[in-house]
Amino acid sequence: MKIINRSLFGRGKKMTIIEEMARKIRVDIIEMLTAAKSGHPGGSLSAADILAVLYFQQMRIDPKNPHWPDRDRFVLSKGHAAPVLYAALAERGFFPREELIQLRKTGHFLQGHPDMKKVPGVDMSTGSLGQGISAAAGMALAGKMDHKEYRVYTLLGDGEIAEGLVWEAAMAAAHYQLDNLVAVLDYNGLQIDGRNEDVMNSSPIADKWRAFGWNVIEVNGHDLKQLMDAFELTKNCKGKPTMIIAKTIKGKGVSFMENQAGWHGNTPSPEQAEIALKELKGGMDHE
Amino acid sequence: MNEKSLISLEKIATRDAYGKALVKLGGMNSDIVVLDADLSKSTKTADFAKVFPERFFNMGIAEQNLIGFSAGLAASGKVPFASTFAVFATGRAFEQIRNSVAYPKLNVKVAATHAGVSVGEDGASHQAIEDIALMRCLPNMSVFVPADAQETFQVIKKAAEWNGPVYIRMGRLAVPVLFDESYEFQIGKANVIREGKDAAVFAVGLMVQEALKAAEELSGLGMEIAVVNCASVKPLDQDTLIKVAKQTGAVVTAEEHNIIGGLGSAVAEVLMENYPVPMIRVGIKDTFGESGKPEELLEKYGLTSKEIIKAVQQVYHKKKNK
Repeated sequence: MKIINRSLFGRGKKMTIIEEMARKIRVDIIEMLTAAKSGHPGGSLSAADILAVLYFQQMRIDPKNPHWPDRDRFVLSKGHAAPVLYAALAERGFFPREELIQLRKTGHFLQGHPDMKKVPGVDMSTGSLGQGISAAAGMALAGKMDHKEYRVYTLLGDGEIAEGLVWEAAMAAAHYQLDNLVAVLDYNGLQIDGRNEDVMNSSPIADKWRAFGWNVIEVNGHDLKQLMDAFELTKNCKGKPTMIIAKTIKGKGVSFMENQAGWHGNTPSPEQAEIALKELKGGMDHE
Repeated sequence: MNEKSLISLEKIATRDAYGKALVKLGGMNSDIVVLDADLSKSTKTADFAKVFPERFFNMGIAEQNLIGFSAGLAASGKVPFASTFAVFATGRAFEQIRNSVAYPKLNVKVAATHAGVSVGEDGASHQAIEDIALMRCLPNMSVFVPADAQETFQVIKKAAEWNGPVYIRMGRLAVPVLFDESYEFQIGKANVIREGKDAAVFAVGLMVQEALKAAEELSGLGMEIAVVNCASVKPLDQDTLIKVAKQTGAVVTAEEHNIIGGLGSAVAEVLMENYPVPMIRVGIKDTFGESGKPEELLEKYGLTSKEIIKAVQQVYHKKKNK
């Protein structure tokens, strides 16, 4: 069978395009959250580069056929970062970008947390932390059973890994040797109530995942080349799932949001949004 | 149901019938996969594991992940049966069932065994008395409670064919095989297994046999009691419930479950809004169970034909004095 959409852009030569997509995703995040007046900017902005690489370079997907059985899957285990996923899906063509500003509005399909029954391209309904990685592992197991080539990606928050289910899933994914499962940790160091180490210290994170039988790769989550290299490396790792620990900055790209726990679940005022968009659009030709 | 003596019937636990049903259906549908949480010998999913090892996954003692994996498998086209004890399936993993199965309407069958006090010696920690209530209140979820081995096979078959989340409640204790192959379980249908005009008993699970015993005994006293098997607790057969309530004017419900939130509540909801009649709920009276022999516990917690007879006489009296 002919593999379609192996990736939208070739590696390297279109790096600038992916960089631009990441910026567009950030602009979308600010615009939709400002319109929605509620939602989670900090953890959406921190994951923008990761999703840009996944949706515009790595994942084998077809926006015209969101239920294509052989597609790569993405499960947003940190479901509150729905804006970054919706932005990536819209920019990738799963639905019109104009829909984004309807986020969280009564009757609209863009729910506060991802709903697979409503949003084209959403592979799993998430929002209750810890459950996404468990479902993603189940999808990876199904892929193994059916001898499918597809890979399953899932993004977790660093606060999220306090959930016991994350470790139940981690243990089982290693037990069933799900090397088609790639988890990414959006390691921005902050959660609602403050710094991870103050709220619930989860370090040493890499050691924990290694001890659970995972292949662990540590990268700068805002370095596109490092992210691409890491995703490529996962394909050579046989018999083990991979955890990519992506060191990120919460609120990345908007100066007054960066590294501020307070921007976990607060949205910008129109004035703040204007400043944020100016920073993000600086030099970018955004339609 | 013919009138042959209940005592002479062969006894098979619904969990045993479950294991056999899985093997049979597994051969017919290669999408069926079975997951367990280290209780496969008790839930009888080990029967399936023996025949189809490549489609059986032990998740270890991790019920939340049992459900999460099942959700992922269902999202990828599989028909997962997730099994453990009813307490852990519906309690420990409640929120996984809510958010990863019921909300996205995924095709997961939560098939739990060891429901009710008839678990016996393990005691209250292992005796689910609230599972019907927990599962019934979830949108998109169907709830089936088979009464015997024959019905269990049909429930499992229908559940596998039905596209959507299902909870199936089964027991540990061997119970009489009440039905033969002519019996038909249908989703959303209650079965009137004995006609009667004086009062009706709506029952599920092992209380169906107790209801039949009660009806036999009351018949000797000159009362004709309808017995309705409500194996499809959700969707509940409102039409049959209302019709039987109109015919009899007095209703008793019988279940091995807390009288709060189970079949009794479900029947009361329907009749209160449509055709209120005198009604009594026979069941566990908002208390936890304890260790003991199953038969002794059923007696102690009022889950017997004797209790049903008492309740029938009371509602009948209320009806007459209305």
